[in-house]
Parts: sequence; C-alpha cells; structure tokens
Amino acid sequence: MCLGVPMKIVSKDGDTVIAEVDGVQKEASVMLLGEEVTVGDYVIVHAGFAISRLDEEYAEETIRLMREVFSEEDMA
Amino acid sequence: MKFQDEFRDRALVQNMSVNIHRMAKRLTAPVNFMEVCGTHTMSIYQYGIRSLLPENVRLVSGPGCPVCVTPIGYVDKALACTNDPVNIVATFGDMLRVPGSHSSLMEKRAGGADIRIVYSPLDAVSLAKNNPERRVIFLGVGFETTAPTIAASIIEAARLQLKNYCVLASHKTMPVPMEILTADPELNLKGYLCPAHVSTIIGAATYKPLSEKYHIPCVVTGFEPADVMQGVEMLLAQTLRGESRVEIQYSRAVSWEGNSKALAILHQLFEPCDAVWRGLGVLPGSGLAIRAEYAEFDAERVLNLDVPDAVENPACLCGEVLKGKLTPFECPLFSTICTPESPVGACMVSSEGTCAAAYKYGR
Ligand code: SF4
Repeated sequence: MCLGVPMKIVSKDGDTVIAEVDGVQKEASVMLLGEEVTVGDYVIVHAGFAISRLDEEYAEETIRLMREVFSEEDMA
Repeated sequence: MKFQDEFRDRALVQNMSVNIHRMAKRLTAPVNFMEVCGTHTMSIYQYGIRSLLPENVRLVSGPGCPVCVTPIGYVDKALACTNDPVNIVATFGDMLRVPGSHSSLMEKRAGGADIRIVYSPLDAVSLAKNNPERRVIFLGVGFETTAPTIAASIIEAARLQLKNYCVLASHKTMPVPMEILTADPELNLKGYLCPAHVSTIIGAATYKPLSEKYHIPCVVTGFEPADVMQGVEMLLAQTLRGESRVEIQYSRAVSWEGNSKALAILHQLFEPCDAVWRGLGVLPGSGLAIRAEYAEFDAERVLNLDVPDAVENPACLCGEVLKGKLTPFECPLFSTICTPESPVGACMVSSEGTCAAAYKYGR
C-alpha cells in the first residue's frame, strides 16, 4: 500500500491531474505538492495524490554517474 | 517506462555487483544493512539482489510495511466497526486479509458487512458524500507517505461539511523505530537504506540526528534494482572510509527538507502519540493521533470501540521478522500453514510484507 508510482501528467485541471503510466491513466490530486507542476512533468503518485515531482535532470545524472562508475572496462 | 527501465538495466546491475564484491574484500567483519521500506524488501526479493551481494554484506528487512506493523488490536477495532449496519468501512485493499483475533475484514465482508476498497482516501470522502444516511469509516494506516493523504481527506470532508466521515487512525512515523533498532546490539546494524517515499515527505535531513548519535551511515535509496545496488555501494563506501553520513541516492525524488506542504497538512491534522508496533511494542512518540480540533472526524472519539484484548497466534513469528531477527524461512509455518491465501500473520498479507515477498519470489 505504500506503493508510489512514477507517472507522467497528461492533463491538469486546478488541483486535479490525469497521470499516465504504461498506458493506464489515473486521476490524482496535486494539493499536497509544494511546487507547481505542468503537463509533461513526472510525479510519484501514492494513494491518489502526487507526493513528489521527479526531477529529470537528477534522474539522468544518477544514471550517467552509475554508468560512469560501473562501466564495463572498469570491471575487468 | 521512463524513470524505471534505465534503473532495471541488467548489465548495469551486474557491474555494480562486481564492484560491490571487490569493495567487500576490504571489510574486516561482515556488515548488516537494514532496508527499512517494504517496497525495498519486495524489490530485493523480486530482483534477487541478495544473490548479487557477497556473503559479508547482508541485507536485513526492517519494519517498513505499514500493514505488517499494524497491531491486531487495531484490526479488531476495524472489525467491530463493521457490526453496525449504518457503517461503511472503507480501506486500502491490503488490509482486507489481515487476521484479527478471530476474523478478518474479508470474512466479515463474506458475511455481509459493507466494506469497500478504495484507491484514494478522497474516494472514501465521496462515498460519505453520496451516502448521507450512512457513516463512512476510513481505515487510516500507513507512514508519513500516507498520513498527509488521509489528512487531506479530512480537510476535504470538513470543507464539504460532512458529518458522516471519520478515520480510524493508526499512522506511524519511521524515525523512532529506526533509533530503537539501531540501538539493539543483537541486530548489529551498520547502515540503513532509508525509506524512499517516506523521505519524499519528511526529507533526508530527518536522519541526521540518528546517523550522528549512533555513527551509522544512512542512504535514502530508491526502489529499482540499480537504486538498491547503488545504495548498498554508498553504504559500503562510507563503512570502508569510517564515515557515518546521510546521503541521498534517490535524488530524483527526495530532497533534504522534504515536502513542506504535505508536512504542513500532516501537522495541521495530526499530533505525535505513542503507538503500538507489531513486534516492537509501544514506541513513545512514534504514532500520529488526530488533533482535538478535528475530533468529529476521529473514529476513536466518535464511536465506542472498546474491544477485548487481542489474541495473537503464538506460532506466528512476525514480530521477529519485523525486527529483522529472523527471515521468513526460519518460521515453521512459512509456506506450509501460512500462505498469502490463508495468512497467519500480517507479514504474509501485504505484497510489501517480508513473508509475502519471500513466498512470491523465493530466495
Ligand atoms: S510466515 Fe506467516 S506465521 Fe510465519 S512469521 Fe511470516 S506471517 Fe507470521
């Protein structure tokens, strides 16, 4: 039940957004989010509420660092 | 799917495993790291993370499944709510099979009780709005991730001036049990994979006093396999350097200060209270009680819910599993008498429960 799913906002009407993951759409409230979100943003949805915005730059940075630190050549 | 696929890359995870093995050779003694969240536990079983780690780096599962730590006495109260036909009990799905002293919500429902599964607490508010002649009681369980969503539902019910919505609250907060487990010499914990989504709300800075007081490394870690592996690697790196800091691996979702708006709503509705944790007992200040200003939405105050003392199944070792002291495989009932279809203990019910994860994915 603690499950939080990363979903992409596809439409927004006031405090309510429609978010999508793997083709499934769900309504979610953004009233608990401290920052503005817009269509195209990714959020973590938990129990019908967006609880956090996912930062694309940080996500890419994390992956880039992982790949760099754990690259094939390094592993030989 | 973006934000998932990249973090499930097999080759990457394999490389991380090789690196962790290499680092672990420098350890002078085996280390125990605790993964606090039930979702971590699930992911660790699902992706076979333990098999990717060297023998001297052990992961132990913590008390991070909200359904599992909910005491039987609470389930008994929820069951008592179903006796009055005016009541609709609304709940998240995974509370349904949790055994109370003598029954479960599932059995009550089969017997005709009006129990509805909702996805969002706001759905429970809609139920109350659409059924003015009934009373809707929402089962409020969960950690800091869920508590703000329940708080929001009460605020919404107040805005709609509903008189027939209340919450049977049993929310818990994570830092207190972590401190208790850290201080337990038997567990000998050397690091934490701190909860991911709880931390989106409370912020990574919350773990600083813990890491400083007990000199224990804490890494707020995401749920995908590459996240968990990187979290382990960061804990190991700190251990080898003799450090004990709080770090954020899951930076794409978690900040140092957390979600201030969600926290404000949480504190508007709830105040700290003592709470009973399955397996851990009463932990001072580890629960969240509805504030007196919102008493009319508090099922404990609105209803008379005195129930007899809870009856535990003495054979169930959930308590020890929740403390990380036993693995499900060490419980004699595991997968013989206790299965997800007929669970003996709560750890076998929720998909995030350690026993359920172990059952589904094996070692
Ligand atoms: S296997 Fe079942 S009985 Fe044993 S500890 Fe887990 S939930 Fe309890």
